[in-house]
Amino acid sequence: MYRIALKMLVGDRGKYLGIIMGLTFASLLITQQSSIFTGLMTRTYGAITDISQPDIWVMDPKVQFIDDIKPLQDTQLFRVRGVEGVEWAVPLYKGLLKARLEDGNFQLCVVIGLDDTTLIGGPPRMIQGSLSDLRQQDAIIVNDVGANTLLAKRPQKKGDKPIPLQIGDTLEINDRRAVVVGLCKVSRTFQSQPVIYTTYTRATTFAPRERKLLSFVLVKAKEGEDLKSLCERIRQKTGLAAYTAQEFKDLTYDYYMKNTGIPINFGIAVALGFIIGTAIAGQTFYNFTLENLRYFGTLKAMGATNGVLLRMILLQALMVGALGYGLGVGGASLFGYLFRETELSFRLTRELLFVSAGAIMIIVILSALISIRRVIRLEPAIVFKA
Amino acid sequence: MRNNEIAVSCKGVTKSFFTGSTEVLALRGVDLDVRMGELLMLVGPSGCGKTTLISVIAGILNHDEGECLVFGQNIKAMQETEKTYYRGLNIGFVFQAYNLIPTLSVLENVAIPLLILGKSRAQAHSRAKELLVRVGLEDKLNVFPAELSGGQQQRVAIARALVHSPKLIVCDEPTSALDGDTGRLVMEVLRETALSEDRALIIVTHDNRIFNFADRIARMDDGRIVLVEAQVAHP
Repeated sequence: MYRIALKMLVGDRGKYLGIIMGLTFASLLITQQSSIFTGLMTRTYGAITDISQPDIWVMDPKVQFIDDIKPLQDTQLFRVRGVEGVEWAVPLYKGLLKARLEDGNFQLCVVIGLDDTTLIGGPPRMIQGSLSDLRQQDAIIVNDVGANTLLAKRPQKKGDKPIPLQIGDTLEINDRRAVVVGLCKVSRTFQSQPVIYTTYTRATTFAPRERKLLSFVLVKAKEGEDLKSLCERIRQKTGLAAYTAQEFKDLTYDYYMKNTGIPINFGIAVALGFIIGTAIAGQTFYNFTLENLRYFGTLKAMGATNGVLLRMILLQALMVGALGYGLGVGGASLFGYLFRETELSFRLTRELLFVSAGAIMIIVILSALISIRRVIRLEPAIVFKA
Repeated sequence: MRNNEIAVSCKGVTKSFFTGSTEVLALRGVDLDVRMGELLMLVGPSGCGKTTLISVIAGILNHDEGECLVFGQNIKAMQETEKTYYRGLNIGFVFQAYNLIPTLSVLENVAIPLLILGKSRAQAHSRAKELLVRVGLEDKLNVFPAELSGGQQQRVAIARALVHSPKLIVCDEPTSALDGDTGRLVMEVLRETALSEDRALIIVTHDNRIFNFADRIARMDDGRIVLVEAQVAHP
């Protein structure tokens, strides 16, 4: 009987493709929008991801997310170093500073100042030059996307492509000369501003005069040290906030979730995908069942029980669901792959695949339930109507 | 071929429907016996209750009052699942609109009743082939219903109704969509292949061109059997 169910389904090509299209569209939209949302949210803590060496981030207790800088006094670094269980602690400057370009324009950049001695917190991947080149005078390292776009030099002829910033080029940050000594790759940031790495001391000279300039203290725990306990100890001893890298990511993520319109905007797109998908697939599947009602009635008259018919419809629904889901997820993956080198934030995780599968399953079951209800209530006497 | 064993016995069977708030009496106390080996035709004007009566006899509609025994069993008293199984085992159907599933081949359509009864696909197809040979469609096994003429489709429906060797076959207007010659051919096939001592046939029709194929004709009017007449000669 299951073979018959499948033949009934695929035999009507138009309806069959219609149902699959509806489910593919729903699956594509749900997966694609969720992946963009996840990608965007991942960008919010891109800087934390890139700085992978420390176990713990120490900061002002009022800091709400990675870009919410509330500077500390430099002396706080020594207090943190004094806490039992700390292997090492280094300073990190992070700020938004204006860089003056060759053509006189200004561009806001994320400037990251690394510990002068160890250069801990440097970019995850160097493309040109090396991290140690930061020890040269006025040295800075720029991320490749920034160098190729917002910091690129104006072309000599109008209409030509901008000339990417290269090693040896100079910028001016707060009236100070900055020389590009390397290009690096970093995780895309939420605001998509260029990222400039330099030493902590040089960064404080780039930054406008302030009494406090230390953004974060990066801490490595001694081997075997429980990170949660160490965070608690740092809090108690210094009065500062201390988070593990994951906790700091969560803090940042939660801030954007609660205080921006991103979740609701993407939530609406995902919900629309779900509703439209349900409507299209449900309607087409229901129509398919309605058109086959006479045949379901015939099967019922000939001795097929409601249970058999129910399983036949469920099988049909699961088949179109699986196909629609596969095509939709495939389409979303292809979309992500094609746009991988662009500004588009796209992150398709295993969890999202499960979420999308769950959503499609719900759509399919809802669609099937409407049809099943109709078939179960069907009077087999319908078969005698011409 | 007729014997005296009673296949169907209806006594005082009533059935009413509601159209909005109006009660329509479709059967007003029907008394009817159908014997084994007999081809009984139910005839009468449209709306007289013929289809309702065969729906009751075939166990796809419950009557309100009276008694309807099919092979001595009161189908109305059965649980729904039991009734469905009973129907699948004992009753074959031939419909006016054939009701062949368009996306299945002729062979697959005919095999359905056996698949419903849990037979293997191979068993069902083998038996379906036998029946299709008997109705003269051995060269149409793998074609789809839409590729067949009306008469051929009805012969497929007859093969489907017989494939599981039911004891009762009910046919609703089997020739009304066919021309005279094809209708007669279908009736010949029905008489030859379906009628036997251990089986009864009830045919609902108002196609008077086929009345002479009946052993008896029960005339209905306004929800009642008004006359039962025996036929002597068959073509």
